[in-house]
Amino acid sequence: MSQTFTLDGQEIAFEPGQSILAAARDAGIYIPHLCWHPDFPAHGSCKLCVVKVGGRHVSSCATPAAAGLEVESNTPEIREERKVLLQMLFVEGNHFCPSCEKSGQCELQAQAYDHEVMTPHYTLFYPDRPVDASHPDILLDFNRCIFCELCVRASRDMDGKSIFALTERGIHKHLAVNAESGRLADTNIDPADKAANICPVGVILHKRHGFSVPIGQRKYDETPISVQGLPKKETV
Amino acid sequence: MPDVQTPNSEQQRHWRLVVEAVVSRHRKRPEQLLQILIEIQEELTWLPLRVVTEIARQLNVSRARVEGVVGFYTFLHARPNGRYRVLFSDNIIDRMLGSRAMMDEMCRKLWLQPGKTSEDGLVSIGPTSCTGMGDQGPAILVNGLTVTKLTHQRVNLISELIRKNTPLDQWPQDLFAVDDNIHRKDILLNASITHGEAMRAALAKGPDGMMEEMKKSKLRGRGGAGFTTAQKWEFCRKAPVDPELGRVVVCNADEGEPGTFKDRLLLTRYADLVFEGMTLAAYAIGAKQGFLYLRGEYRYLRQHLEEVLASRRAKGLLGRSILSQPGFDFDIEIHMGAGAYVCGEETALLESLEGKRGTPRIRPPFPVTHGYLGRPTSVNNVETLASACLIATQGGDAFAKVGTAQSSGTKLLSISGDCAQPGIYEFPFGVKISDVLEACGATDVQAVQVGGASGVTLAPSEFGRRIAFEDVPTAGAFMIFDSGRDMFEVASNFVHFFTHESCGFCTPCRVGTSLLCGYLDKLSQGYGSKPDLAEIEVLNRVLKSASHCGLGQAAANPILDGLKKFRPAYEKRMLHQDFEPAFNLDAALERARQITGRDDKGAHISEEHA
Repeated sequence: MSQTFTLDGQEIAFEPGQSILAAARDAGIYIPHLCWHPDFPAHGSCKLCVVKVGGRHVSSCATPAAAGLEVESNTPEIREERKVLLQMLFVEGNHFCPSCEKSGQCELQAQAYDHEVMTPHYTLFYPDRPVDASHPDILLDFNRCIFCELCVRASRDMDGKSIFALTERGIHKHLAVNAESGRLADTNIDPADKAANICPVGVILHKRHGFSVPIGQRKYDETPISVQGLPKKETV
Repeated sequence: MPDVQTPNSEQQRHWRLVVEAVVSRHRKRPEQLLQILIEIQEELTWLPLRVVTEIARQLNVSRARVEGVVGFYTFLHARPNGRYRVLFSDNIIDRMLGSRAMMDEMCRKLWLQPGKTSEDGLVSIGPTSCTGMGDQGPAILVNGLTVTKLTHQRVNLISELIRKNTPLDQWPQDLFAVDDNIHRKDILLNASITHGEAMRAALAKGPDGMMEEMKKSKLRGRGGAGFTTAQKWEFCRKAPVDPELGRVVVCNADEGEPGTFKDRLLLTRYADLVFEGMTLAAYAIGAKQGFLYLRGEYRYLRQHLEEVLASRRAKGLLGRSILSQPGFDFDIEIHMGAGAYVCGEETALLESLEGKRGTPRIRPPFPVTHGYLGRPTSVNNVETLASACLIATQGGDAFAKVGTAQSSGTKLLSISGDCAQPGIYEFPFGVKISDVLEACGATDVQAVQVGGASGVTLAPSEFGRRIAFEDVPTAGAFMIFDSGRDMFEVASNFVHFFTHESCGFCTPCRVGTSLLCGYLDKLSQGYGSKPDLAEIEVLNRVLKSASHCGLGQAAANPILDGLKKFRPAYEKRMLHQDFEPAFNLDAALERARQITGRDDKGAHISEEHA
């Protein structure tokens, strides 16, 4: 009854309207991604989920599955491209993993583990991005932002607050908060908001919760993101 | 100096009144946000924090959203600007005509640095992306208005007018003259300007009949991609729609591709043809609402275009019951861009029309089913719409007889660079590059850039190729470089352009274009090495395969072509065979030397140490 496509030679069933990424995930195959989230429509900005369909590169999160498609994902070519994309994300920001509270629970770092990113490779940009520690409960460290816009989308679409937005353009693009002062303390964000708990990297952090799980015992320290990122029923 | 962001209550009251007037003129519609920001800035010269807050409050949208839009467009300013704002068009063609030296000269005369505002707040000077005046450069924008044919004398004159604080309307009017420069006309430019003739012909045929003619004409989009226009209209007219809202026709006049200026001419001399083409499209697909999205650089054309629209309304060619046809209601609104090349991409253009950041959308869904505010929308190029009038009056078969089998009709070329007569040339599709070069009086040609920065660089061995979708497609730019030009400089200019214009949405384009610039700068400063070329090729591949839209996919084209066809220009910069860092160790110590006041031998790293 259900239709199928092939992913690296394996048959994958899909529901009409489902993306390649979502169908693969339901079938227990992980396609790497950062800006895609099961609770939101596809965003398509990180490009980590790039796959090859009939010789063309597409974002698997935004491309509807179709019967008979032949999709390549886990090939040396695509893995190399993903590695370059990860290195780009590292060099455009300031990522100091060893001292980051999110180390071991950070999706960027976890993807880098999986893709064997041993060095940043490119010249680091060292952008000047001051932190915002104004809020009593939440710290914003913009140095780690990867522009997935999950906080923007969660705040707008789930919390109904629109506390975050992106401003400027190109390599100068950055997060802005919804206050004339530019300070998070002057917004109505709440630590329980979806937006305050969705950052895949270490930008939005809760104060006074430092290193409660020791490094080495954290989420991605033992089990890779390619396993953790599958639906729960698949991981047990 | 008083804090400009927290002014006295008198000024705050003034700001609030300005915001109120503009926002209510736009009936508090959030999708008008970009237009509102542009109009408020015209009064205040910049957009203070308090004003942004006030706009958000009155439109009932998040302040962060408004801030995000202000930050996206280069012609919107979140910081105080000079009372005179001078922007030098920075395309390679303007540079070849000496624009950089003239910018430096004007900066010296007015005592400021490029990209900065003078201490007294009088003037700011900086570069900007191509302003569409390649046939009469170097060109500048002064407070958004175009000045062409810059010379040493004009730089002097303008500096003097600024220093004396002369209001713009008292400047010599010949400074603002823009020439047509038509050098070759064919069916389109020879068409008589239509005041309803094309519409009457279409009404006689009915919408189905008009669609039949469009199909027979085989007209393809003139924006470069070459999608069949009849097919686009057909998808749009078949898309389900709320009858109250209707479908939408958008004319893409965001002519931002460096070296392109043919839409400038159509909008200047053939505006009736363009608007009638839009009305034809509306008739064929059943649209009620039309937009002309005009690039900010062409702001000087706005008043003229509004006048043409008004006269068409007066003649019953726009508005309710067009040509007394009951139920045929259609009108056109002009929306301004504000300095963002990416808005030429049709989905980014739609975002911009909706008052948002110009970020290209995910497709599907396509604009023909979900376009402006989710309605079925046909976005067409200026030249495409003008051509539709020919099809209505002369029939699709006659149109298809011109050009080649796969590329019917003619193409307007915007010719600039090293030739005797730069300007507009209309040729039937299929014309050879060599014939175009001969027509414009180009000799000793080293290369031609067809299709702008995102197009292809052709070497002399390829001058037998033809302008056509099946061979060398183009939106109209045709830039000529003679043997004295450095093709590395050309490519480097284009890549810097893409980096500046990248919207920053997707990783490969946002970061990859910056990385490419880094490698090119390294080469141009004499630190290039063999491994750098390999790195450039990896980046090229990732940009092409993983970018979200055509901007990132095309960003590497100039270098790919350059490495293939003009490799010596790159290799002469490869001073080193092995890895070489991107900086000079001794130069890096300069700051330390300044601080310590030392300049002796021991404060330098000599060759053998380095």
